[in-house]
Amino acid sequence: MRKKSLWFFMMIITSLVLLAGCYGGGNVQDTEKDGDSSTDGKTEKSVLHLAVAGEIPTLKTNGAMDGLSQTMIQNVFEGLFRIDADDKVTEGLVDTYDVSEDGLTYTFHLKENALWSNGDPTKATDFIYAWKKALHPDSISPHAYLMESVKGAANIQNPDHEMYGKVDELGVKAPDDFTLEVELENDVPYFTELLTNPVFYPQNEKFAEEQQDKYALEPENLVFNGPFTLDSWDHDQKWTLKKNSDYWDVENVNVDEINFKVAKDTSTEVNLYETDTIDVANLSSEFVDVYKDHEEYTTSLKSEVYFLRMNQKNEFLSNTNIRKAIDMGWDKEQAAESILKNGSKAAYWLVFPGFVQSPGGEEFRDRFGELNKGTPEEAKELWNKGLEELGVKEINLDLLSYDDGQRKSVAEYMKNQLEKNLPGLNITINQQPNKQKLALEDDLNYDLSYSGWRNDIADPVEFLSVFLSDGAYNWQEFKNDQFDKNVKKAMVDFTDIDKRFAELQEAEEILIGEEAAISPMYQAGSARLIKPHVKGFTAHANSTYSYQWVTIGN
Amino acid sequence: MKKYIASRVGYMLFTFLIIATFTFFLMQTLPGSPFNDERLSSTQKEVLNERYGLNEPLSVQYFKYLGNITKGDFGVSFQFDGRSVSSIIGERIGVSAILGAQSLVAGMIIGLFLGIIAALRHNTFIDYGAMVVAVLGLSIPNFVLAGLLQYWVGVRLGWLPVAFWEGFEYSILPTIALAAFVVATMARFMRTEMLDVLGNEYITTARAKGIKEYTVIMKHGLRNAMIPIITILGPLTVSLMTGTLVVEKIFSVPGLGEQFVKSILTNDYPVIMGVTLFYSLLFIIVILIVDILYGVVDPRIRLSGGGRREGK
Repeated sequence: MRKKSLWFFMMIITSLVLLAGCYGGGNVQDTEKDGDSSTDGKTEKSVLHLAVAGEIPTLKTNGAMDGLSQTMIQNVFEGLFRIDADDKVTEGLVDTYDVSEDGLTYTFHLKENALWSNGDPTKATDFIYAWKKALHPDSISPHAYLMESVKGAANIQNPDHEMYGKVDELGVKAPDDFTLEVELENDVPYFTELLTNPVFYPQNEKFAEEQQDKYALEPENLVFNGPFTLDSWDHDQKWTLKKNSDYWDVENVNVDEINFKVAKDTSTEVNLYETDTIDVANLSSEFVDVYKDHEEYTTSLKSEVYFLRMNQKNEFLSNTNIRKAIDMGWDKEQAAESILKNGSKAAYWLVFPGFVQSPGGEEFRDRFGELNKGTPEEAKELWNKGLEELGVKEINLDLLSYDDGQRKSVAEYMKNQLEKNLPGLNITINQQPNKQKLALEDDLNYDLSYSGWRNDIADPVEFLSVFLSDGAYNWQEFKNDQFDKNVKKAMVDFTDIDKRFAELQEAEEILIGEEAAISPMYQAGSARLIKPHVKGFTAHANSTYSYQWVTIGN
Repeated sequence: MKKYIASRVGYMLFTFLIIATFTFFLMQTLPGSPFNDERLSSTQKEVLNERYGLNEPLSVQYFKYLGNITKGDFGVSFQFDGRSVSSIIGERIGVSAILGAQSLVAGMIIGLFLGIIAALRHNTFIDYGAMVVAVLGLSIPNFVLAGLLQYWVGVRLGWLPVAFWEGFEYSILPTIALAAFVVATMARFMRTEMLDVLGNEYITTARAKGIKEYTVIMKHGLRNAMIPIITILGPLTVSLMTGTLVVEKIFSVPGLGEQFVKSILTNDYPVIMGVTLFYSLLFIIVILIVDILYGVVDPRIRLSGGGRREGK
């Protein structure tokens, strides 16, 4: 009996200790927002409440970056340039800059009033420090490939080159504290746009060196130079950004505080929005039906194009007529409008409309328009011709696909359409988590694959170089000499921009119109609800957000 | 007793080693690699693999890993740049533990109560009512219940917060969603056991001796009916610790369950290993506690002697 009560006692104590542990921080004060109807003399603190899908993977500018990391980084740090609310390049820490006549040397003059949150000025050496860190084998950034236009950067990353790891050979110099000189490999016209990417952001050298391995792990292990500072960070739970009073452009930062809370499920996000806990909710297609006529509903287009890879190692898919029939044999509009419903746009191209214009102002799409667009009847004709050439009556294909509900419905829709329009075709859908799906694609271990690509800069080469015959991502054994020639030339030769533009247009025509190496599916859109009192909420096409232009009204 | 626990700890370490070995090698069969991303070229992947020691032969990686964990170093996550596995588990386990403990305690108390009442009022409406609750609790999946609770109690009625983890009131809905299963299991078990025990001759004897009904039920009935209950307590605790994934996701609870699945999907090897080992350790400890509890509840079971578990 004594033993029993001892155990009982111990269990009570244990559970008390456990329960007294943490339920997380204290209650949030939500009153600031609710109280803003009374507009007397005192200015209320304006607070934006947001939900995010998960923990911030990293705040290191040389880290493995996804949309969320990049969003946080571009709101708390700043580089030489940033993208504005219309996705155009605008100045950040740069005051003025000069380009040499051959386009190979850039001299940037930095703003002297751009301070880190510990009071240090942002110096040219802070850029050099961060760039070298991103290239050094011990701290290499997964995004270091973006730096390849800078002189020496490609060789420093190449383990087989004698310059491997020798970051001091990088073509950057700091003649004084506020001047940064960069030498380039090629006269790429989009270098300033490249500089908007976090991999080119500075890190406070003195501070980062003091922190060693702890750098960027907690708010106290960081100093900021962007519009906001990270005030608190409860991992996997919530964090807060506060307006950075030391930011050089602080007058134009309109929101005082942003609260982020992790909500891992779309329906949770919608329910939180409905109860006014958050100000913005991202919607998946099943919620679009419910909210599409709601006045707070908005959509935006992303610079992300999805397409069907057709593996030419497969004997049937190596036949051009079969590939063309598959590309033509399903209703792309219907998929975008009735299945995705989130503002996505049916695609008959890879370089989407509005993406890029020639120096003379010609829109890239104007020349060839919609490629390989046809009716189901035409598709059937091509299909039968292909079957005849192959001497078969029936074709069975695997369709590799993503594992989320939205894209699963698209894959199922495609299967149904193709099987109906192309008699004798049987498709089996194989859903895989993304990492596993990529491994199968890389091994060319699939027939058809639902795939996508997102650009880093506004240049058609970003999309087209994926399909170079020796390209790392040419996962469908596609090879066309004229295509290779045009794209490879465009990657290094910037002497005649108009000709380059025309050759890239031709390359895309070869890829899709002539060869049907891929079947473009859609340009992705995203749908969200935004509370009417939130104005200036900026969703960039690269799936990141900027918060400095947000205003909270009544 | 001490000798018994010492030998059990020995077995525990051995089990632990076997689990670590199996997980380590099974994990290698996961397709994909942590650094396979659309944008990385093969040389860049090579550099990253080298940085994290993934290019070494498996056996070398394995012994290095074992060496590190004896020093308490579980490595650094690939998903969360530079963050140690111990800190990832440490930050999340408290929340999972509270949620698990709350659901277990609440579920047990309610479940036992329902079971006892049902047994004492056998074949009455109270009995049927309690069993309807039990069948519902078993047959409604927790994510359905979670979704319904969130929508009706959180959004429509507005009585409790929809999601997040910022105080006791935030934990109520997830606790109910998780406890339903415990209530149902406990109630059904307890009812059967109680009916069984109450039919025994010693109960009749106790009653014949004029002992108060309350004492008969609590001292002679309940204590004997508890033995099989303790048997299911172990697995139930573990399923609560590991099975909170969907409920955590729906209520945005920052626990360990979801992180475990995410680490597998992203091939985050150090986190997969760390969390698996952690869960195994927990399971082993829970089993040990359950075994010790037998002795407490049923003095016929002698832990140090032979014939352990003869009670059931």
